[in-house]
Amino acid sequence: MNQPSAEIKREGEGKGEVRSYFVDRELNLKGKICPYTFIESMLTLEEMEANQVLRVTVDYPPAACDVPRSLKNEGYEILEVTPLNETDWAILVRNKEME
Amino acid sequence: MKFSDEQIQRYSRQMILPGFGGKSQRKLLDAKVFIMGAGGLGSPAALYLAAAGVGTIGLADFDRVELHNLQRQILHRTAEVGLLKVDSGKRTLQDLNPDVNVQVYSERITSSNIRGIIKDYDLVLDGSDNFPTRFLVNDSCFFEKKTLISGAILRFDGQLSTFKPHAGGPCYRCLFPEPPPPGSVPSCQEAGVLGAVAGIIGLFQANEALKEILGIGKSMSGRFLIFNALSLTFHEVKLERNPSCLLCGENASIKELFDYELTCPTQVSRLALS
Repeated sequence: MNQPSAEIKREGEGKGEVRSYFVDRELNLKGKICPYTFIESMLTLEEMEANQVLRVTVDYPPAACDVPRSLKNEGYEILEVTPLNETDWAILVRNKEME
Repeated sequence: MKFSDEQIQRYSRQMILPGFGGKSQRKLLDAKVFIMGAGGLGSPAALYLAAAGVGTIGLADFDRVELHNLQRQILHRTAEVGLLKVDSGKRTLQDLNPDVNVQVYSERITSSNIRGIIKDYDLVLDGSDNFPTRFLVNDSCFFEKKTLISGAILRFDGQLSTFKPHAGGPCYRCLFPEPPPPGSVPSCQEAGVLGAVAGIIGLFQANEALKEILGIGKSMSGRFLIFNALSLTFHEVKLERNPSCLLCGENASIKELFDYELTCPTQVSRLALS
């Protein structure tokens, strides 16, 4: 379980920097609306190990803004929010340290 | 255990509260709250605790539903007049939230059975309407080291506090060492009570129970809230532990449970039942 399913590489803007993240877990929330997108993301993160990375896919437009903002308020680190196509976004979030 | 889709929907509006999440919801589902009295205070408290997903609720009351209860005891319905309050209450709570396991106690709660009942619960909420029961509940919570959330109402007034002598706070007897002299305090039956006041204080008790279960906010331990509905005012009094408390003081004289028996309207006597 929780095997890295993808390594994502991004070039930093203008610096030639390459950031890469191993995605530890994927969560497909297409078809789900707020606040369930946020709640299910949080419940999944609560099951994961500290500092692991979750990639959440959403297709509800407000979720692309609201889920990252709500997760950030809860102390999770938002790594990226990326449009995948005309309807879907990927939210890359790092789990926080255990409380 | 994972949350079902239905649970996520049911509890979503509290799971998105800051710092709440699945962990707090799990604490509520695992929590066990004993409520003494399925009346004016116990009704609103039980409804909101059940709605929030408190997993086990114990309801104790030996009375049956009467028509004059319905002005404030919102667990019960007109069609349920004549039923045991705990049976009516259990049905209402399980209709509201099937997640909740409701345990009912329709026998009279006395010094001989109360410790065996409350030992299985995490905290106790007192919604009783008489002093013998209030003192019995306080004393048993002290001996069983259970947090007690105490509410009281009369006419347009209400009171609220949390007693945690096992965590260094005062107990009910630090504030009221003994029941008041017979006849000095009218009962709700004699003096009347506004139903909404019961609702307000019962909900404060539910609120404090949720805070104690979750370990959030500022406990009402060491604080005593006095509410008046006519002026809509709250006064808070600081409560200290009484070093000479009969129950939790340094030289406590009460070493075991006993019942105060309400023998007639003018006589409250202390009845030792070992």
